[in-house]
Order: sequence, then structure tokens, then C-alpha cells
Amino acid sequence: MMQEGANAAQAALNNNALLGAGIGMGLAIIGAGLGIGRIGGQAVEAIARQPEASADIRGAMILTAALIEGATLAALVFALLFKLIQ
Amino acid sequence: MTQAPDIGGMIMHHTSDAHEIAFELPWGGEWVLHLPRFASVHVGGVAIDLSPTKHVVFMLLASFLVWLTLWTAGRAIRKSHAEGRPPRGFGGMIEAMVLFVRNDVAIANVGHGGAQFAPYIVTLFFFILYCNLLGLVPWGATATGNLAVTGALALTAFLTIEISGMRALGPAGYLKTIVFAPPGTTGVTKLLLTAIMIPVELIGKLVKPFALCLRLFANMTAGHFVILSLLGLIFLFGTGPALVKGGVAAGAVVFVLFMMALELLVAVLQAYIFSLLTSVFIGLMQHEH
Repeated sequence: MMQEGANAAQAALNNNALLGAGIGMGLAIIGAGLGIGRIGGQAVEAIARQPEASADIRGAMILTAALIEGATLAALVFALLFKLIQ
Repeated sequence: MTQAPDIGGMIMHHTSDAHEIAFELPWGGEWVLHLPRFASVHVGGVAIDLSPTKHVVFMLLASFLVWLTLWTAGRAIRKSHAEGRPPRGFGGMIEAMVLFVRNDVAIANVGHGGAQFAPYIVTLFFFILYCNLLGLVPWGATATGNLAVTGALALTAFLTIEISGMRALGPAGYLKTIVFAPPGTTGVTKLLLTAIMIPVELIGKLVKPFALCLRLFANMTAGHFVILSLLGLIFLFGTGPALVKGGVAAGAVVFVLFMMALELLVAVLQAYIFSLLTSVFIGLMQHEH
């Protein structure tokens, strides 16, 4: 009886960890989407305004997007850890 | 009631490191290559397992391919130079790639004195590119989808950034990148702000390579997770009616094809971004005054 209760508690804990990981992944992606979307939008606007500078703008865009992506992927990897550790 | 397919286990089996390489055969079954196991080496009470794993084999293969590519291209280019004509074909393609990484990634971002870092950056680019691409061929494995591999790559970047910074700035100048008094402050404020900034600067030095390591690992692993999850959908729906089964399979195959094409782009992009960010960080350190 005790064993069953402990197992149920452990299962609930695991489910809560998975729920937390899922919500965390979603939040991280919302942030990255807003950030990279803004970078892309502004870059296209800048290229439209000044097409001759498009090579420089593209480089800066990829660099900034990569920095945002790094922070997001760190969050995703930590979310993945919840699944792997439990 | 049939056993539900273990999609998570399948995904982990395909992305994680192992002591054997399984070659799944198209007509069913698999041929498993068991890699030799060596006894652990003990260094100061820590047991280090030096036996080769799947990712080690693919890393060696990638290094061999880098050497082969650049050596054959170098020979072709030398031959065409001797004949007094521009290189063409394979040599010309590799020359264009090397020149792009050397001029537009290394020298453009490191700035003044960037040419001495070009060999390191070009090596990084080609090694990561081959590691990424080897994960997309049948039976291949992505060595860069292993935190230890990307961690070691980031460690070389960290050492390059810091040691080249020390050489460029001198001991006093290098110390200034850690103990930094914000300009325009005096007395107690200056002392307090400097004390606060020391750990911040130290963390900043460590976070850059940590982010490099995680970015490459997560990008390569995430792509494989998506591809394998989409393929797993076919097996999840494997017990349904034929129409559902066929529809899911056809949809999954189309999406997997799309993801594979995207992965090709990501493989090149991540090699580019790793070398680009490494050169940006080297440049930041070189010109810190």
C-alpha cells in the first residue's frame, strides 16, 4: 500500500516535471520568435531602404539571430534535461 | 493489443553515443560493428574511459575527409598555378570556400591582424561542416550532436580567445579586461563598481564558449529529434486503418524530406556561425582598450 502511494507520488512528480519542461519550451520559443522575427523584419526594412548595404545587413542579421538562438537553445536543452533526468 | 512503439527510445538510440555502430539493412535486420573496449586509464583517482565510440569514429572520419578535401584541392590549385591558369572544378570550389571563410569571416571580424587566425577558423569551419554533414548520410552519426565534442571545440575557441588576447594586450592590458574600473567614477563608488564587475567579467569570459558549445549541440540534436519524431509518427499510427496509415506515412515522408533539406542548410549555417562567432570574440578581445 505504502509502495503504491510512493509510486503514484513519483509518477505525479514526473508528470509535473514534463509539464514544466513543456511550458518552459513554449515560453522560450515565444521569446525567440519575437526576437528573431523583429531582427528579420528590421533587416528586410533596412535592405529595402538601402539595397547596396544588403551584404553587411545580412551578416549582422545572422550574427544577432545566432546570439538569440543560443540563449533559446540553452533553455530548450535544460527543458530536455527534465525528460532525461527523471 | 500490440506493444506501443517506443519512439523516445528510438530517438535516443539514434542520437546518443554508443560503443557499437549499427548498420540497419534495407531488407531488415542490422549488422552491428562492435568497437574495441580499452581498460580505463586512472588519473588521480578519476577513471577515464578512452575506448572509441560511434562519435569518435565519425569525428576521425570527418578529420580524414577535411584533410583529403583540402589536400586534393591544394594539389589541384598548385598544378593550375604552375600552368598559369585559374583553378577550376573541385579545386576552384574549395578555393572559393576557403577564401570566403578566410576573408569574410576571419579577417573581416577579427580585424587588424586577423590573417594569423585564418588557419584555425578555416579548420573549425571545415571540421564542423563535415561532422554535421556526416549525420545526414545513411548510417551516419552527428559527432557535433554530442556535448563532449562541441565542448572540446568551444574549449579550443576559449583558449584561442584568451591566449591571443593576453599576447595582444600584454599582462596589464589583459588584467584590465577582468578588473575594469568604469570611467567617470571616483572613490568608494569606483571601488564598489570594480568589485561588482570582476565576477561579471569572469562570467562573461566563460559564457561565450559555453554558448558556442550549446548552440552547435542543440542545433544538430534538435534537427535529428524533429526528423526522427516525424518518422515515429508513422509507427504510432501503424495500427490504424489503411487510409490513415498511408496518409500519415505520406505526410511524414514529405515533412522529413523538407526537414532533411533544412538540415543541409543548418549544417552549413552552424559551421559558418561557429567560426563567425569565434572570430568575433577573438576580435573583441584583441581590440579591447
